[in-house]
Amino acid sequence: MTLFILRRLLLALPALFGLLVLTFVMLRVLPHDPSAALAGENATPEQIAAVRKAYGFDEPVWKQFVIYVGQVARADLGNSIISNRPVTSDIAWRLPATIELTFVALLFAALVGIPLGTMAAVWHNSPFDHLMRIVTVGGLAIASFWFAIILQIVFSMDLGWLPLRSRYPEGLPPPTDITGLYLVDSLLTLRFDKFWAAFQHIIMPAFTLSLGGLASIARFTRAGVLETMQKDFVHYAEAAGYARKRIIWVYVLRNSVVAATTQIGLLFGALVSSAVAVEAIFDWPGVGSYAVSAILTSDYKAVLAVTLVIGVIYAIVNIVVDVVHAMLDPRVAENP
Amino acid sequence: MMLEKPNPVLEIRGLSVSVGTDEGEARILDNAGLALMPGSIHGVVGESGCGKSTLIRAILGILPKRGRATAGSIMLGERNLLELPADTLQKEVRGRAIGFIPQDPFQALNPVFRVGTQLLETIRTPGDSRATRETKKAHVISLLKAVQLPDAEHALDRYPHQFSGGQRQRLLIAAALASSPGIILADEPTTALDVTTQLQILKLLRGLAIERGLSMLFVTHDFGVVAQLCDTVTVMYAGQTVESGPVGQVLKAPYHPYTQMLLACHPERADELAGIPGAVPSPLRPPTGCRFSPRCPSARPECNAGQPPRVAPSPGHAVRCVLHLDEAAA
Repeated sequence: MTLFILRRLLLALPALFGLLVLTFVMLRVLPHDPSAALAGENATPEQIAAVRKAYGFDEPVWKQFVIYVGQVARADLGNSIISNRPVTSDIAWRLPATIELTFVALLFAALVGIPLGTMAAVWHNSPFDHLMRIVTVGGLAIASFWFAIILQIVFSMDLGWLPLRSRYPEGLPPPTDITGLYLVDSLLTLRFDKFWAAFQHIIMPAFTLSLGGLASIARFTRAGVLETMQKDFVHYAEAAGYARKRIIWVYVLRNSVVAATTQIGLLFGALVSSAVAVEAIFDWPGVGSYAVSAILTSDYKAVLAVTLVIGVIYAIVNIVVDVVHAMLDPRVAENP
Repeated sequence: MMLEKPNPVLEIRGLSVSVGTDEGEARILDNAGLALMPGSIHGVVGESGCGKSTLIRAILGILPKRGRATAGSIMLGERNLLELPADTLQKEVRGRAIGFIPQDPFQALNPVFRVGTQLLETIRTPGDSRATRETKKAHVISLLKAVQLPDAEHALDRYPHQFSGGQRQRLLIAAALASSPGIILADEPTTALDVTTQLQILKLLRGLAIERGLSMLFVTHDFGVVAQLCDTVTVMYAGQTVESGPVGQVLKAPYHPYTQMLLACHPERADELAGIPGAVPSPLRPPTGCRFSPRCPSARPECNAGQPPRVAPSPGHAVRCVLHLDEAAA
């Protein structure tokens, strides 16, 4: 298993290198003239030339790339045009909010999607299955920004049950910073009032964000369970007298979840990109809303840093998914 | 003077099973019958498609969704399995009264669960104490030793893919024995194995049956296996049981033309490779009466008048064939 994890980490290196190349190209290509963009709107040609020299844009491309890699390694990606703080510290501050949101959304999608998909498979072609199909197609088709607004109108404005926006009530000091995740920190410090406040705030954004993932996890689980139920070992389990509930919820489900985990890894990418919209709507102080404002203000260093960070997280999530996959299916670790 | 004959532990009488298909009802089993006597190994032999698997599924109460028994009974002691509710079949019959050994050991074990979890499944009860679980584990390990699995102590913590085919079949035999059933139902358990392993598994099964006083129903397409292992045999053709009797007699002097031709096909017995002309009839539109009649060289008009009655020209050796009707009277 250790060997498997090491091998998997090594395999992530080419992907990370690709990410560096991609962001480097973005850095050089996206702004029409990076030096002009950096120097500001009213800069004189002399000022632009000075910036070009200062940033090494007059150096050969390979040398610029080496410099860029060095900067990334030192987490030195320059200052944001808007906040005038280093973009890395901006992101470091906002990252936990996004991680918390996407993780809760993913957890919810998996915890609800997997049982729903299993039930749809067990009673396939029943009214329940047809209803599930309608709901999941709907879940995939509904635009999250529209759904978010409907939620806000119904649950905050009309019913007043849930806070309209933001991550945390303004008057209440946030929980002691341990992991940066409010839900976790409040539990660790046993402040259940703070947990409840953070929980109320995360319900709507997390639910909105989870919708697409929930639908595809349910559909993948349904397909997986249906396929697994045709396997010989299921027929054997039946003939050997296993209880039907155990066959489905233990033996079949484990096999189907193995397939679904890989799906969850891929979903994470989609989740992060929808988080950009969801965070903007709910005013969630995460990397997504930061990216939106960075794009709108052409703060391209911030955009670059967000791309890098999300790319790295995506790689990490997929390594974790592979390790979980190997833990669920012992054959994977032995024949990677 | 009549000798008191022991009652069969499992007896199938006049069993007909139909399965709904898109093209209509398929009559997979037609008036099939057999008796498994206590402590004996009874072979069920026939070509693929003769209804062997359906017979097994009917006994275990796991007929396919659109399948149902239309006539007959399956008596396990005093109880007719066809009348038992699904829940009772699972809790008291499958894996409890009747242990099952599957055909393909490579596909039968769930690849993502430890062997121990699967072997203990039929004897697990939810609220077991730690001590009870350990006792059950020890019981299964002793079974693994009985089936001569190497390194039995550590086998439970390993995964199926870490065992060879023969070893996996031993695991499955141990699984069938876990809840100490009186009857073992074996579905061609050696077909997927190579010849040397086959022989070892057959010897093992024979030994276990004698040692533990098991009654075993052994389903196979291979008369050679029947000859090595079984005491008695039932021959099936196209869903009908055409002949039954002690293995020695059936092999030496088969009554039914089908049995005769099937035996002639066996490479070890045949001088040159023979086959049976024609094909097994479709269960959707089976011939009336004896289903073998279209392929039978000795067929007569009365073969299609209805299925011939079961007659026993010699004691214990019975056949359903018009050719032997008069002999039975004698």
